[in-house]
Amino acid sequence: MELKRKHLIGLEDSTPQEIEGILNTAEAFKSIFNRKIKKVPALRGRTVVNLFFENSTRTRTSFELAAKRLSADVINFSVSTSSVAKGETLIDTARTIESLESDMIVVRHSCSGVPLLLSKTLKSSIINAGDGMHEHPTQGLLDLFTIREKKKKIKGLKIVMVGDIAHSRVARSNIYGMTKMGADLTLVAPPTLIPKDIEKLGVKVEFDLRKAAKDADVLYMLRIQLERQKRNLFPSIREFSLLYGMDEDKLKLANKDALVMHPGPMNRGVEISSEVADSPQSVINEQVTNGIAVRMAVLYLLSGGETNEIDSFGGQGN
Amino acid sequence: MKLILSAGRVIDPANKLNDILDILIEDGKIKKIGKGIKDKDAEVISVKGKVVAPGLIDMHVHLREPGFEYKETIATGVRAAVKGGFTSVACMPNTEPVMDNTAVVELVISKGKKENLANVYPIASVSKYAKGEEISDIGMLIKSGAVALSDDAAPVMNAEVMRRAFEYTKQFKVPIITHCEDKNMTVDGVMNESFISTVLGLRGMASVAESIMVYRNIALANYIGAPVHIAHVSCKESVDIIRWAKKQGINVTAETAPHYFCLTDEAVKNYETNTKMNPPLRTAEDVAALKAGLKDDTIDCIASDHAPHGRTDKELEFNYAAFGIVGLETMLSLTLTELVNKKVLTIDKAIEKLSLSPAKALRLDRGTLTIGAVADITVIETGKEYSIDVSKFESKSKNSPFNGRDVKGEAFMTIVGGNIKMKEGKIL
Repeated sequence: MELKRKHLIGLEDSTPQEIEGILNTAEAFKSIFNRKIKKVPALRGRTVVNLFFENSTRTRTSFELAAKRLSADVINFSVSTSSVAKGETLIDTARTIESLESDMIVVRHSCSGVPLLLSKTLKSSIINAGDGMHEHPTQGLLDLFTIREKKKKIKGLKIVMVGDIAHSRVARSNIYGMTKMGADLTLVAPPTLIPKDIEKLGVKVEFDLRKAAKDADVLYMLRIQLERQKRNLFPSIREFSLLYGMDEDKLKLANKDALVMHPGPMNRGVEISSEVADSPQSVINEQVTNGIAVRMAVLYLLSGGETNEIDSFGGQGN
Repeated sequence: MKLILSAGRVIDPANKLNDILDILIEDGKIKKIGKGIKDKDAEVISVKGKVVAPGLIDMHVHLREPGFEYKETIATGVRAAVKGGFTSVACMPNTEPVMDNTAVVELVISKGKKENLANVYPIASVSKYAKGEEISDIGMLIKSGAVALSDDAAPVMNAEVMRRAFEYTKQFKVPIITHCEDKNMTVDGVMNESFISTVLGLRGMASVAESIMVYRNIALANYIGAPVHIAHVSCKESVDIIRWAKKQGINVTAETAPHYFCLTDEAVKNYETNTKMNPPLRTAEDVAALKAGLKDDTIDCIASDHAPHGRTDKELEFNYAAFGIVGLETMLSLTLTELVNKKVLTIDKAIEKLSLSPAKALRLDRGTLTIGAVADITVIETGKEYSIDVSKFESKSKNSPFNGRDVKGEAFMTIVGGNIKMKEGKIL
């Protein structure tokens, strides 16, 4: 498999074949994790810049580790948005970064559309590590990878995604990924957190979590930002967690082997109870591990790598 | 000085005139209209094959001076106006300082006079500092030359303040021009709330945030018995409310801008910041409703909401980019291309909405070719096909989503007070 694209901005324009190819490549990289030396020379001599305009230790660390395991040189460049507002523009910052001779730029920004803007302005490959409320494609891919690994398929699965759909880039990338891979996806949230006309993306919308959870194969809980309450999007944390939080009681309504997922970081006791988060059905920690394999696959394929060459790397990276 | 425009198609909606005629201009006034006018002292310009219209009036522009001279100045703004075929512009008060005092009104008028191109009519702020809390010195502002009051760019949220503004202004017989937006509903909004905003992950501004304020302002004006003009109508619900109000005989006029009938929120898809304006681009259904509203005269005027911004205001993240686009140099061509050539409006109607109707809304003694009227005239080459090229704009700013768009119809000559200010793209 060869990926015929330079940038990964989102899953909206991806094909099922591309997604399948990325997941297969990630699987090949994941098998390296069991080796003593977890590094391959696939991106030796290439420079990957993590350009983060928004704080994120998790995603940045995951990309950093993925790039390092591919033997790339990695630079972390964090810009606090407040200083951007006062001084250098986004474009100037990005041009400065590219002048460091970067090959790939992993970008996170609180504003939707920034990765697309950079892909039109810069020569480097741009990988979206989350932009505003738009997309977080590698999160979508690692979630698909986790589901496929556990369930051996995605097509036909009943997936229920719960929580702040309106403000979630994780939700959008997963909506594209899951529907393209043939899952039956239902979104559950109070009407205030369902964005306009989302059904047009081929999903169902349900306000009653108990009803939706019945016979579900996957329960995907989204992080709720507590400040949303201030905008009257829900009346109180207490009510939200009662109606939309996943607890043991609601979990019982789903299939016995249903997976519980969460992109992290969790608000225990709000969108997910500790009992559910720590239950055997929870794959939340595996999502994190799979994130490294998926990001390795994305970095590798976007730099022009081919899947069938991975096995030949052996475990002798430096 | 005498000037004859010979053998053009003279269209004057005020006098229901549409015929091949000559016009004699003398001492800055329309002296005579008829066939075969001869005067040996007059300079004769043949405008055969072209349309001769009353001077076009753009009743909604932002000239940015004082305060934001890097975006536009009165000098560059009036150059853009005459280039686009406009003999008069009315400029909004969101300057720095705000045009809520006679000093700024007088400055704008004197700078406009000094340029001696298009007429400049200031619209003063309806509230002090545009804060929406206390009404400004409305009587003094009007005496110093303001033609209307407005809350454009800083809508008055408090209905009691707005009521008193209508009530107090009533004595001066000038309209209040309202920017209709419930700001509580549009916090952090950057585009229309729609399927497109869902896909792009951008915060929406629902059309109902506009229409409820259209209703509120019409209801207040009606209660008081004062005139109200609704600025930049962008959505179907607003059109429906204005249509209803006119049927009730309420004294309301309304305008829309070319971008609202040329584009939909689909244009925002690549996060192109030149598609960011307030009110935002709406849906195809709204565009259809606006066209219907223009056709049945629910919407009286077409105005550009010319909103120049520098590159540093627009070459940014979509969320941080400024709202607004330039329009003086595209409005006539877009109106002819999208409304006249596509048979939404006759050319007579289009000209009316670009001249006579704004003159009436602002109570200006212009917008007609009646004998004795000031000779503000726009000659239009309706067959001229070209691609819009922002690099050729006279405006200081180039923030237009229409760059590269093919259009048909362009201003050929702009005459203000009997003097030719623009001919074939050259400013004289």
